Amino acid sequence: MQVYSGKSVFGGVAIGKIQVYAREDDGRQVKRIRVEDAEAEVIRCREATKEAMAQLGRLYEKALQEVGEANAAIFEIHQMMLEDGDYQESIENIIRTQSVNAEYAVAQTADNFSQMFASMEDDYMRGRAADVKDISGRLLTILQGGEKTGIHTQEPVIIVADDLAPSETVQLDKDKVLSFVTIHGSSNSHTAILARTMGIPSLIGTALPPDETLDGKLGIVDGTNGLFYVDPDEETYARLQQAQREEAEKRQLLQTLKGRENITLDGQKIMLYANIGNSKDLAVVLQNDAGGIGLFRSEFIYLESDHYPTEEEQFRVYKPVAETMGQKRVIIRTLDIGADKQCDYFEMAKEENPALGCRAIRICLTRPEIFKTQLRALFRASAYGKLAIMYPMITSVGEVRRIREIVEEVKRELDSQGIQYGNPEQGIMIETPAAAIISDQLAGEVDFFSIGTNDLTQYLLAIDRQNTALDEFYDPHHPAVLRMISLVVENAHKAGIWAGICGELGADTELTREFLAMGVDELSVSPGKILPIRKIVLETDVAEYKKNRPGI
Amino acid sequence: MREFKYVITDPEGIHARPAGELVKAAKAFTCSVKLSKDGKAGDCKKIFGIMGLGVKKGNEVILTFDGDDEDAAYEAVSKFMQENL
Repeated sequence: MQVYSGKSVFGGVAIGKIQVYAREDDGRQVKRIRVEDAEAEVIRCREATKEAMAQLGRLYEKALQEVGEANAAIFEIHQMMLEDGDYQESIENIIRTQSVNAEYAVAQTADNFSQMFASMEDDYMRGRAADVKDISGRLLTILQGGEKTGIHTQEPVIIVADDLAPSETVQLDKDKVLSFVTIHGSSNSHTAILARTMGIPSLIGTALPPDETLDGKLGIVDGTNGLFYVDPDEETYARLQQAQREEAEKRQLLQTLKGRENITLDGQKIMLYANIGNSKDLAVVLQNDAGGIGLFRSEFIYLESDHYPTEEEQFRVYKPVAETMGQKRVIIRTLDIGADKQCDYFEMAKEENPALGCRAIRICLTRPEIFKTQLRALFRASAYGKLAIMYPMITSVGEVRRIREIVEEVKRELDSQGIQYGNPEQGIMIETPAAAIISDQLAGEVDFFSIGTNDLTQYLLAIDRQNTALDEFYDPHHPAVLRMISLVVENAHKAGIWAGICGELGADTELTREFLAMGVDELSVSPGKILPIRKIVLETDVAEYKKNRPGI
Repeated sequence: MREFKYVITDPEGIHARPAGELVKAAKAFTCSVKLSKDGKAGDCKKIFGIMGLGVKKGNEVILTFDGDDEDAAYEAVSKFMQENL
């Protein structure tokens, strides 16, 4: 048995036969042949380029379906590289000046161009040498009249490769792939993205011998621990087979939790909602049986645009979400630009300390025209479902009252224009210590609270959550955070409104029981976390838990 | 001839995707569009020419436009740079 370690891009266990990916240009011999008619070679090369362009066009379409526009773009880039004047000129020059065959000229040019990238300073650019080899390999295959290879097998296999080019991953028959194990590649590489999309355990950067001796052997990929076993011994095989079975059972079990009410053994209910950052995530929300959307981050509309999104553009995003979710609540957070999320066209002044700067509601209140556009779109969309609006970064009662005034203006304008709108609930994020401390006062002004634990924790502990050097000081379960949450929930209930949590802490299953004991009404988490949390809720006896509740 | 100076703000620099889009933007015009960094120039209509410069965040680049439709090209390409890079 050999064990190799790699970086996991997707967890789980895969067991199967190993196939070393056979690349058609591995060991390809490109001979230098002198030719009489150089022009004929040039024409042959141009024909091959045309064919390669057409192939890439088809791959682009296929990738668009499989991995989305952003990841399909690589094939457009490959087309540009192929068409690049310098690249084509270099090939034709070699053919003409040396009177040689097209294959040799392509291979030479590929070497020269990939050399240029390989000698560059940053890793990203060095990685582009693979693109040059990929397009040149395509040309060579066409010139030599060869076929693209790939997997030749009837049964699904673990694919072992140096690294897979985007064009190679797209061409793979996905039903035949149990796992990818690559020697190179980054977690943003095409292979990694594909593995995550397919949901199969995979490793990258695995220290493997770069030969084909592994071919046909039995392999086990332990994506959870980042290990790859070749010829596993009986004990390892049994252990990982067990792990694989348990995982499958766990997935199965979670499926059985679908459709169940979120209610504890002693009858306490909680709402489990989903956080999403794009309308595209709606399918996942429904698949995971979310009771609603607890945080719909509207930023993507702004971040994906090169101008202030118009009322119509926004309405076209909100309306289908409201309609799709029907009677389920959809809480849309108004724009939360600033700090780590910047939009060029906002032309924000540079700030020394953006986390404490002009962001979120502060932008909305200083530039009400932007805010009103969004509010109009939201109010109009609220006629089509159960929309709720949530305002971020609140620190005072005054801010909430100013928001109310602007909302009233918006409603008056819609009324006078005879435009239909609904009556959405309006709540605020509690993500500043100030808001948490005066939550008793704020509770009288709004319909609900949603605690944004990411910012609340960073402001309470005075720790930048993006600075990994501070990890040892960062305690997400710090009693100050837990006490704040408890206080906010208490104040909400006194005023007769509900309070939820939409930060990462909400999905922390170690705290689910504690949140139930505090009386938290809603947890909004990433869609995949809903069923695991439901399981805990169903198994919890809150009264029993309270007897031995750890003090905060 | 027109010139446009710009400091790259995209954390990844001019990587493959924006380089591809830049080529698309430049190719829409007949005038020559060159991108230079530290005195080294690349043709904006050729993806290898741009990527070969290895432009990173914080680098100052100069775009030069020369030809009949240089004004229109200046408008379009400089807008592209500001919005995407």
